[in-house]
Amino acid sequence: MSGRFLGLLLVLPALAVIAFLFILPLVMSAVGAFQVEGAFGWGNFEKTFDLYTKDIIFSVVIIAISTALIGLLSIAIGGYLTLGEHPVAVAILRWLYRWPMFIPFIVVGQVLRTFLSKSGMMNNVAINLGLIAPIDATSFLDWRGIVIAFVWKQTPFVALLVAGAMASLNRDTIEAARNLGASRLRVLIEIVVPQVKMTLTVGLILSFVTMMSVLSVPLMINAQTPTMLTADIAFRVNSYGDYGVANALGLISLVLASSVAWIYLRASLKERA
Amino acid sequence: MMRNISFGGGAWSTLWWIPRGIIFGLLAFFIFGPLFNLVLWTVAEKWYFPHSLPLQYGFSYWEKVFAPRGGAIESLTNSLIVAVLTVVVSLLLAIPTGYALARLKLPFRSLILLAFLIPQAFPNLTVYVNIARIFYEIGLNGTVPGVVLVHVSHGLVYAVWIATAAFSAVDPELEQAARNIGAAPMRAFFDVTLPLAAPGLMASAIFVFLESLDEFTGSYFVGAPDVNMLPLLLYTAGSGGNYQIASITALLLLVPSLIFMMVVERFLKADVLSKVGH
Repeated sequence: MSGRFLGLLLVLPALAVIAFLFILPLVMSAVGAFQVEGAFGWGNFEKTFDLYTKDIIFSVVIIAISTALIGLLSIAIGGYLTLGEHPVAVAILRWLYRWPMFIPFIVVGQVLRTFLSKSGMMNNVAINLGLIAPIDATSFLDWRGIVIAFVWKQTPFVALLVAGAMASLNRDTIEAARNLGASRLRVLIEIVVPQVKMTLTVGLILSFVTMMSVLSVPLMINAQTPTMLTADIAFRVNSYGDYGVANALGLISLVLASSVAWIYLRASLKERA
Repeated sequence: MMRNISFGGGAWSTLWWIPRGIIFGLLAFFIFGPLFNLVLWTVAEKWYFPHSLPLQYGFSYWEKVFAPRGGAIESLTNSLIVAVLTVVVSLLLAIPTGYALARLKLPFRSLILLAFLIPQAFPNLTVYVNIARIFYEIGLNGTVPGVVLVHVSHGLVYAVWIATAAFSAVDPELEQAARNIGAAPMRAFFDVTLPLAAPGLMASAIFVFLESLDEFTGSYFVGAPDVNMLPLLLYTAGSGGNYQIASITALLLLVPSLIFMMVVERFLKADVLSKVGH
C-alpha cells in the first residue's frame, strides 16, 4: 500500500464528517433559498427584503462597530503588552485581559443581561458613586448591549493573537525608534501595527464570522426589533416553519461574511503584487 | 537605558500608577463586575429594584435546581454524556487524520487542513437548521447521537489542527529508531509516537469537550426539546425571567471554562502551539 493511499484513507473519515454534516447542509440551504413551493424563484428574497431589510442593515452596522472596537482594543492591549515599560503593569494587564476568552456566548448573554439592565450592577455602581442620578439610569439592553457583549467576549481572542504576533517581532527597530525619541504611541502605530496587520485581519475576520453566527446573544440581550439576522432565522423556522426565508437570510449572511473575506484577500493580493 | 529617558526619577514612575490604576480599575470592573453580578444572582433569595445588593442571601435556588424535578441533574448528565462522546468520536477521527497530515505525503495537504476550518469560517446557523431537517428525516433529530454528530463537526477543527501540530512536534527519528530495532509500524506508533503526542492530544480533547459543553445553536435546533442540556436550561430559565436558575446554570458552564483558561498553557506547550495551522 503506497503512503499516499494510506494517508488519504486515514484522512477520509474526518473529511466525510465535514462533507456530510457541514457542506451538504450548506449547499441545501443555498439551494433552499431559491425554492418556493417546489419551484425555483426569487420569492424568498423578495419576502426577505420586504420584512428584514432593516435587520440586515442593523446586523451589518452592529457587527462593523463591534469589529472596529475589537480591533482598537486588541491593538491597545497587544501594544501595551509589547511596549509597556513597567513589568508589574504589564503582568497585571496580561493576567486581566484574558478572562472572558473561553466563556461561552450563552453565559455572556446571561451575565451581561443582568449587568447592563436598568437596575443592573453597572447603573447601580454609577449611581452609588454619584456619577449619574437614579432617574437617568437607562437600560443598555439594545444595540449597545449586543456590541458590548461581542466586544467583551471577542477582544481577548483577537488580542491574544495580536499580542503573540507583536511579541515575535524583531525588537531592534522598536528600540531604535524609541532611542531616537519616538513616543510609544507613534512606535505602535507606525512600526508595530503595520507588521502585525495580517494577524490582526485574520483575527478580526474570524470574529466577524463568529458574530454573524451567534444566536444566543441577540436572543438574550435584544429581543425587540430591529434585531440580528440570526434571531430572525430562528424565528422564521420556529414560528412559521418557513425554511425558504430562513435559508435566504442565511445566504445573505453568508454573502456578507464572504465579501469581508474577499475584500481582505484582494487587499493582501494587491499588496503582494 | 530607555526607561531613564522617559522617566526622570522615582516620583514620576509612582505618579504613573494613577492613570494606570484608573484604566486597570475600569477594565477590571468591566471584566469582573458582570461575573461578580452573576455570582450574586446565584445566592440572591430576594433582589429587586432599586436595591443595589440582594436583600436576602441563601441557597434555596441551588436546592431547587438540583432537586430531581429541577432539570439541572438531567441537563448536566446529558451535557456530560454528549461532551464525552464528542471527545471520543473527535479523537478517533482526529488521531489518524493528524498523524497522516503530520507525517505522510498527502496530495492537497493544506487544502485538507483548511477543509476542517470550514465549519468555523461560515455563518453556521442555517447549516444547523438544515442538519435538523436531514436528521428529522432519518430519525436522528432529538437524539444524543444526533447532537454528538453536530458537535463533532464543529469541534473537529480543534481536534485535527491540534493533533496535527502535536504529531508534528514529535521527532520522527524516534519512531524510525523503534522501527529499526524491529517494531512493527503499529507498535512503533502506539508505543512511541502516541505517548509523546499525548499532552497535545489532551489539549485538543479539552478544547473539544468545552466546545461541546458550551455549544448552544446546534443543540437548540437538533437536541431540543428531547435532549435537554445545560445551555438550553440556561436559555429557558433566562427567558422565563428566572435569573437565579439561569445564573446557577451559567456558573456551572463558566467554571470549567475558567479553569481551562488557567491551565491551557500547561498542555499547549510552545513547540506544539507554534505548529498549529502549519
